[in-house]
Amino acid sequence: MNMYDSLFPQGQPRLALRGMSKRFGAVTALDRVDFEVYPGEVVALVGDNGAGKSTLAKIIAGVYRADSGAITFEGREVVFSSPEAAGALGIATVYQDLALCDNLDVVANLFLGRELGPRRLPIALRWTQEDDMERRAREVLSSLSVRLPSLRRPVKQLSGGQRQSVAVSRAVLWGSKVVLLDEPTAALGVEQTAMVQRLIMRLRATGLSVVLISHNLTDVFQVADRIVVLRLGRRVATFTASQATPDQVVAAITSGGIESVEGIL
Amino acid sequence: MRKLLPKVEDSASHEVVSFPISLWDKVLNRARSGEWEPWPVVFGLILTWLLFQSLNGNFLTPRNLSNLVLQSGVVGTLGIGVVLVLLLGEIDLSLGAVCGVCASVLGVLITNLHWPGIPAMLVTLVIGMLIGLLQGAVTVYIGVPSFIVTLGGFLAWAGVQLILLGDAGELVVLDPIVQSFASSYLTVFASIVLGIFIVAIVLVSLLVRRRSRRRAGLEPSSLSTSSLRLLGVIVGTGVAIILFDAYFGIPYMVVLLLVVVALLTWMTNRSVFGRYVFAIGGNADAARRAGIHVKTVRLAVFALASTLAALGGILSVSREFAVSTGTGGGTLLLEAIAAAVIGGTSLFGGRGQIYQALLGALVIGSIENGLYLLGQPASTQNIATGVILVIAVSVDALSRRRQQTN
Repeated sequence: MNMYDSLFPQGQPRLALRGMSKRFGAVTALDRVDFEVYPGEVVALVGDNGAGKSTLAKIIAGVYRADSGAITFEGREVVFSSPEAAGALGIATVYQDLALCDNLDVVANLFLGRELGPRRLPIALRWTQEDDMERRAREVLSSLSVRLPSLRRPVKQLSGGQRQSVAVSRAVLWGSKVVLLDEPTAALGVEQTAMVQRLIMRLRATGLSVVLISHNLTDVFQVADRIVVLRLGRRVATFTASQATPDQVVAAITSGGIESVEGIL
Repeated sequence: MRKLLPKVEDSASHEVVSFPISLWDKVLNRARSGEWEPWPVVFGLILTWLLFQSLNGNFLTPRNLSNLVLQSGVVGTLGIGVVLVLLLGEIDLSLGAVCGVCASVLGVLITNLHWPGIPAMLVTLVIGMLIGLLQGAVTVYIGVPSFIVTLGGFLAWAGVQLILLGDAGELVVLDPIVQSFASSYLTVFASIVLGIFIVAIVLVSLLVRRRSRRRAGLEPSSLSTSSLRLLGVIVGTGVAIILFDAYFGIPYMVVLLLVVVALLTWMTNRSVFGRYVFAIGGNADAARRAGIHVKTVRLAVFALASTLAALGGILSVSREFAVSTGTGGGTLLLEAIAAAVIGGTSLFGGRGQIYQALLGALVIGSIENGLYLLGQPASTQNIATGVILVIAVSVDALSRRRQQTN
């Protein structure tokens, strides 16, 4: 077994980006970056401010188009022309703002824009099939072990971790295969952070691919299988989380030296 | 039935949220969640009635209450439009002027052009809708704030009203069908049939709801809550019928308003369209990202509110047998906005109910009517209404602030 085999799960990546470059005017945000995530895997994307994390995330989410490079999803080459196109393929992005309607209840938020109802009627006459929606909501929340005080209260009454769970569950409910989480624990306390970490592990257990963008290395080491380090728009290191130390990762983030596999990937 | 509820698979992976919650916190939580929504206002209304009754024994007579309801009809109808627009987090300042211009159109069609009542009313409603579509399109597609667009509309439609009414400034409208809304009443028999019909609808919908939840494997709402709600409807309907029938009966206008409120309540609370209205008011950006056609929904709401203003114009003509340059003017628009807000609709979008417009209109109507009975001038009535409006909005603002700090 050569040294790189241990870095990657076997089989085909669910999502793979090859040679992604993106320039904004004179600034090179990404320079020939490769990225891949496998089924049932949590990959953390780390790096300092301006390292290119959010640019890469926005390419995955379909917000930006790369200047060059190719994306394959489950082996097929794809082009993400819009966030909707990425979403239709099964790539869901949960941004920090969560995109929840605070005044609506959990069920309404989970089904927002895709309410169950007699589809042949115009929307002003189409009633929402609340009971079917609530039953499916319970099923998916239960499968992710998400516990909420009530599905029929406005989500503004939920804690930060619970709101994050609702936003993530929405992605799962609609059959997403890759979930991109943007700083999911940035605004959370200890207990809430633990709740979100357990949720991420449940996502992995159900076979989803999770891309975790985080500043919080404690978080990253808790849940990630692999850690991809970006620095100044280039991928400078990849770690297997169980075989790396935070110091090594910090060193890679700040100086891009240790364990560098750049040029080989 | 229980098996579909989320089960705890391993104790490590489920959330332990069993903080001790004091009774006071529970009360606050329920009040904040809007579960008690109508009760503070209903309580205030009853208090107002008792106060005026103690000051003047004529207040709680069937004759005065019947008048009170008819007086509140136009404000209430406009207020329903205001609720819809506020739900989006928008405002429509033109509704009073639209009411006036549509009343003028009705007057011109019937008195000057000798149209029969029903087509004249239909055309009036369509014109109201077109005005709403126009203003909504400028707001939604050009991006001018609704405050400015409808402020412009307010001035412009008031001008159009002056042109339509000509030098006389008034048109007498003598059409039996138009007049019937405010001056014809259901017979006692018909009103009892109506009451039974209302109770039956509520009963059937409660039963259907329980059965549907049980079928989906969910816990139905408790039997005591359901029967309490049914009891409330029975008592309320019964008292209203007895009071109305002690005078002339239930005015057609009340029946019309009940139908409008029932249809729009269903639409806002049960339909996909209504869900989108609430979603846009709560977080327009999230609604857009969820794939909702935000612009179309907003346009439709502006059109609906203006159509309701046109209906208000028809009811105003029905009450006064005439339309003048003053129709739709004065404090009408401000009272309609006040009605919605006093009833409990949030100025900040995403929270409100259709019935709240009528409840608020009744509060405002009661104050005006009561102070009038006491021989107080319009100045006192305006001051009282203004103070109550500010109190109602303060309560809304305070509850919002408490929610945010939590």
